[in-house]
Amino acid sequence: MKIFLIRFAAIVTVIGLFAGCASQSAKEQEPAPVVDGNPVGTAVVAEPAAKTTPVITVAPKATPVKPEVISANPLKDPGSILSKRSIFYDYDSNVVKEEYKPLITAHARFLTQNRGRKVAIQGNTDERGSREYNIALGQRRADGVKQMMILLGVQEAQIEAVSFGEEKSRSSGKDDAAMAENRRSDIAYDGE
Amino acid sequence: MKTQILRGLLSALLLVATFAQAQLRIEIVGGGASQYPIALAQFKGEERLPQKINEVIAADLLRSGLFKIIDGGGLAVVPSEPSEVQYPAWKARSADYLVIGSVSPAAGGAWDIRFRLLDVDKQTQLTGFAYQVPVQQLRGTAHRIADAIYEKITGDAGVFSTRITYVIKSGSRFELQVADADGQGAQTVLASNEPILSPSWSPDGTRIAYVSFERKKPIVYAQSLLTGQRSVVANFKGSNSAPAWSPDGKRLAVVLTKDGNSQIYLVTPDGGNATRLTNSSTIDTEPSFSPDGQWVIFTSDRGGSAQIYRVAVSGGVPERLTFEGSYNVSPHYAPDGKSFAFIQRNNGRFSVAVQDFASRQAQVLTENSNDESPSFAPNGRIILYATEVRGRGILASVSSDGRVRQRFSIEAGDVREPAWGPILKSQ
Repeated sequence: MKIFLIRFAAIVTVIGLFAGCASQSAKEQEPAPVVDGNPVGTAVVAEPAAKTTPVITVAPKATPVKPEVISANPLKDPGSILSKRSIFYDYDSNVVKEEYKPLITAHARFLTQNRGRKVAIQGNTDERGSREYNIALGQRRADGVKQMMILLGVQEAQIEAVSFGEEKSRSSGKDDAAMAENRRSDIAYDGE
Repeated sequence: MKTQILRGLLSALLLVATFAQAQLRIEIVGGGASQYPIALAQFKGEERLPQKINEVIAADLLRSGLFKIIDGGGLAVVPSEPSEVQYPAWKARSADYLVIGSVSPAAGGAWDIRFRLLDVDKQTQLTGFAYQVPVQQLRGTAHRIADAIYEKITGDAGVFSTRITYVIKSGSRFELQVADADGQGAQTVLASNEPILSPSWSPDGTRIAYVSFERKKPIVYAQSLLTGQRSVVANFKGSNSAPAWSPDGKRLAVVLTKDGNSQIYLVTPDGGNATRLTNSSTIDTEPSFSPDGQWVIFTSDRGGSAQIYRVAVSGGVPERLTFEGSYNVSPHYAPDGKSFAFIQRNNGRFSVAVQDFASRQAQVLTENSNDESPSFAPNGRIILYATEVRGRGILASVSSDGRVRQRFSIEAGDVREPAWGPILKSQ
């Protein structure tokens, strides 16, 4: 036990050295006073306004878990094409490859048969280049899928095309396979 | 009893670790072509302060890369008034400039701080100020003194008392933080489990606009640093991103997809009516206002590849600005409006470059592979950007002449998306 205490005390001391400046500067965030008198010479300077910086914490909202319906949900059934939700792309391309057209067609059919359902098409890119430009590239991918679905009869109000750019990468690797994994559009149904 | 002590130690450890983690560590690489030799005598009475004024000033000047700090110690009498200065002794130490000063307690627990900047050769005073501040503002006052010294000697405004903002990602947690320009006093403005992007300072330094993914799509918010109050700037159908404040603070340029493709719109900070600025069937994004508020530069692939364009705020046909290479993005106006910083891809490497409007010549300033998000310090002398070192996101800066480099890193995660705040006018 005593050894424990000593060990902890040692760690506290060492880290305390590093933290010295930090904790001091943390105290600096107080409202500013006004400066007066200037016996030395040239000018009078006042400090800027209050530096207190309040924090907003975005807490993840608890999603109630709905009991699974006994009858098969085609959107979740691994045997159904509707359980497939991702369309992958070549580098710097928003062209939907032939192999993904049946998937988009199936979701479009489901949406035309279920007018009450809504989807978000979420465009994603790999991590190369500007984050904001990648938001726009991801948007273009999502928009392409949205336009195909509209041509297949889905109402515009049922679809929202949004972009995550490079921010929600599925794979954090740097190789070609990882990059390819991140160049995709995902179909997410309301409530998912 | 022992358990109590242990618990106390543990919580102390946790508290301290949080502070230590939040600290940006700064490393300086390279230096200016010529450095001003300056000596700083210990301020009379400063040994009574928790924070030595003298040391903060020296660290600031050193970090700029433009100064050489001459040893100011080892004197029988430390001068605090011009009459006490032995100029030949400082000349013998090769100091061109000398800073002297004093600290004394004032009424109400405040401190009286005085300094003078002296020209050793001419034996004259170049500048001098007196401040009366509470103990919490000793460090801030030292930065202001460093600004005054920097400005007097170099002719450029000092930026030591400004602040920067950036995003830290550690694990799955994102934090938008604001810190002093030397990385001290970091404070969290927004904490989220979803990405935060593109912080942009209001011109008066009181608000930051940013993109948050907390509602499963990019939405632009503006948040007050004084009250923490937050408003929605843009939450239209589709994606909302890339906020940039106009110099008068009355509008923001944002990128919306409510009408289809990514286009630039002008909105008021409270989310008022969106006016479309660009009209293409391609991507238009990453707007940046000219300092006079008349122009917006932006990235577009209307010509077939990502290039930088300029359009009048009143509208009209955009003019293409970049022609070298197939990927020029993330433009940011210099504070004097004469050039812009951007990211250029060369042979698969993304580097910081600056292009002059008059000569149209571009100069690549860095030799990194993954540079992003360049922006100028408010005096135009430094460009702050994000980059990667050994797979970790860090911030780096380069002087606009390419000579002085700094790195800002953090132990506990990736740092990215930096933006340098404005110089706050004294009241």
